[in-house]
Amino acid sequence: MYHKKRSLGRGVAVVGAGMSKFGMFQDKDSLNLFTEAYQETISSVEKGIDPKDIDAVYFGNFASEFFVHQGHWGPIIADLIGLTPKPCTRIEGACASSAAAFREGVFAIASGFYDIVMVGGVEEMSKCSTPLATEGLALGGFPDEARTGFTFPGLYGTRAVAYFERYGITREQLMPVTIKSHHNASMNPKAQFGLSIRNIMDKRIERAQQKGEQLSPWNSEQDFLRDSKVNPVISWPMHLYDCCPISDGASCIILVAEEIARNYTDDPIYVIGLGQGSSTGLSSSKDLTSLEGVKYAANEAYEISGLSPEDVQFAEVHDCFSIAEVIATEDMGFFPPGEGYKAAEAGLTRLDGPKPINTSGGLKCKGHPVGATGTAQLLEVWTQLKAQAGPRQIPNPNLTIGAAHNVGGHGGTCLVTILERR
Amino acid sequence: MGSKCCSCGAISVPPRPICNECLDSEMEWIELKGKGKLESFTCTAVCPPFMAEEGYSTENPYCAGVVKLEEGGSVVALIDGVDANVPENIELGMSLEARFTHLGEDSSQEAYLVFGPVSV
Repeated sequence: MYHKKRSLGRGVAVVGAGMSKFGMFQDKDSLNLFTEAYQETISSVEKGIDPKDIDAVYFGNFASEFFVHQGHWGPIIADLIGLTPKPCTRIEGACASSAAAFREGVFAIASGFYDIVMVGGVEEMSKCSTPLATEGLALGGFPDEARTGFTFPGLYGTRAVAYFERYGITREQLMPVTIKSHHNASMNPKAQFGLSIRNIMDKRIERAQQKGEQLSPWNSEQDFLRDSKVNPVISWPMHLYDCCPISDGASCIILVAEEIARNYTDDPIYVIGLGQGSSTGLSSSKDLTSLEGVKYAANEAYEISGLSPEDVQFAEVHDCFSIAEVIATEDMGFFPPGEGYKAAEAGLTRLDGPKPINTSGGLKCKGHPVGATGTAQLLEVWTQLKAQAGPRQIPNPNLTIGAAHNVGGHGGTCLVTILERR
Repeated sequence: MGSKCCSCGAISVPPRPICNECLDSEMEWIELKGKGKLESFTCTAVCPPFMAEEGYSTENPYCAGVVKLEEGGSVVALIDGVDANVPENIELGMSLEARFTHLGEDSSQEAYLVFGPVSV
């Protein structure tokens, strides 16, 4: 079998990044959201950048034909930011669309063809009903799955049942993941649900008291998550708080060739590893508790960067569902198979732990506007490496290596990206 | 009906034109007995529109799963004859057999593969 060790033709650096707030917005559309993200990105370039110097744009979007009845977004985005007649390409990889766009942007620069590329993503999903949004999201699965009646929560629910059976756990063991992510999100002003579970409990108690309603007290955050009245089943064993929300949002990143990075910032963040892989559907999977595409992508990223999982100090991983975060940390090699949930329980993935995971609050709490998630994860990694995360800054003064793990569908498209601060 | 690879014997339902194990394109039809075991499942309460039209809802969830076929290969299907309101009682590895049902109305009615517990 032919295998060549992969490498980038020349170095690529991130010099700016930004995102819109993620949430459900009646009064903002894709263009408003992309403008927000774009303007924040341009302002974030420390020595300034003339947008006219952008050679090309690659951006991710999953299903705007379905959600807002508009396709062919490339020229629309180019026109929005005044970049016409430059090239602007839409990349689709379901929930990994913008990380895939980031990869294409890196290749375009590493090949020597372009010097300055903007990458990003946008998705607007909130304006349709929940059943329709459910149907739209199911488009990210394999054909036999949506046809059978699998919803997105159902696909991951099925993986969760296999994981529970193999390792002898229940959803109880996933709760520390949700609690940790909500705690992180409470310090993220861009998050859709910027509240800890404790905050959410307190608000409910306050509301019930105002209405003069009786409310059974919850003894703990776990207790709250156990209560099916506030945390109902979506697709067993995934309950509401195991699932990321329906969201609108956009994010952008400016990539430049390494040799010109210092024209834009004294502190470039370098792309040192990247990988992409694919996984098959449930009926063809050899192992429902692991995503083969992630392992392939991670291997590629580690090979290019010359790093091992132990070298990655923190990561944003694709926690569309609580089980997905646990499986992600195992597929990335951070913890052995079957140990991912134990690591969360033991606090290893907390902000102040040895391997912080999803300091942004993850997809669960920050939100998951599908096409925008990949570059938003990379924005968080960039922000942490530059020590600009404010109250949710990882308290490690020697932060140099972070990773992003972005998955489309329930494993269909997998992207792993490693960034370094020198 | 499924496909069986002439080179390596891998079985696939639905049938494939190209073997995903050995990448060969010589496939033959194979008739399967329709018996298998439950590999994994979910019980869905928040339904897409076409299942809501069949009467499923948060009070009346449905079970969808992966069934490992006796001959080899796996298939996704609705799982009938189990109580989707008590998923804790649904056992992995339970023996299932296939039958067909219809969803939808009139001209948009389609045949669906459903698995249920082996009838005594």
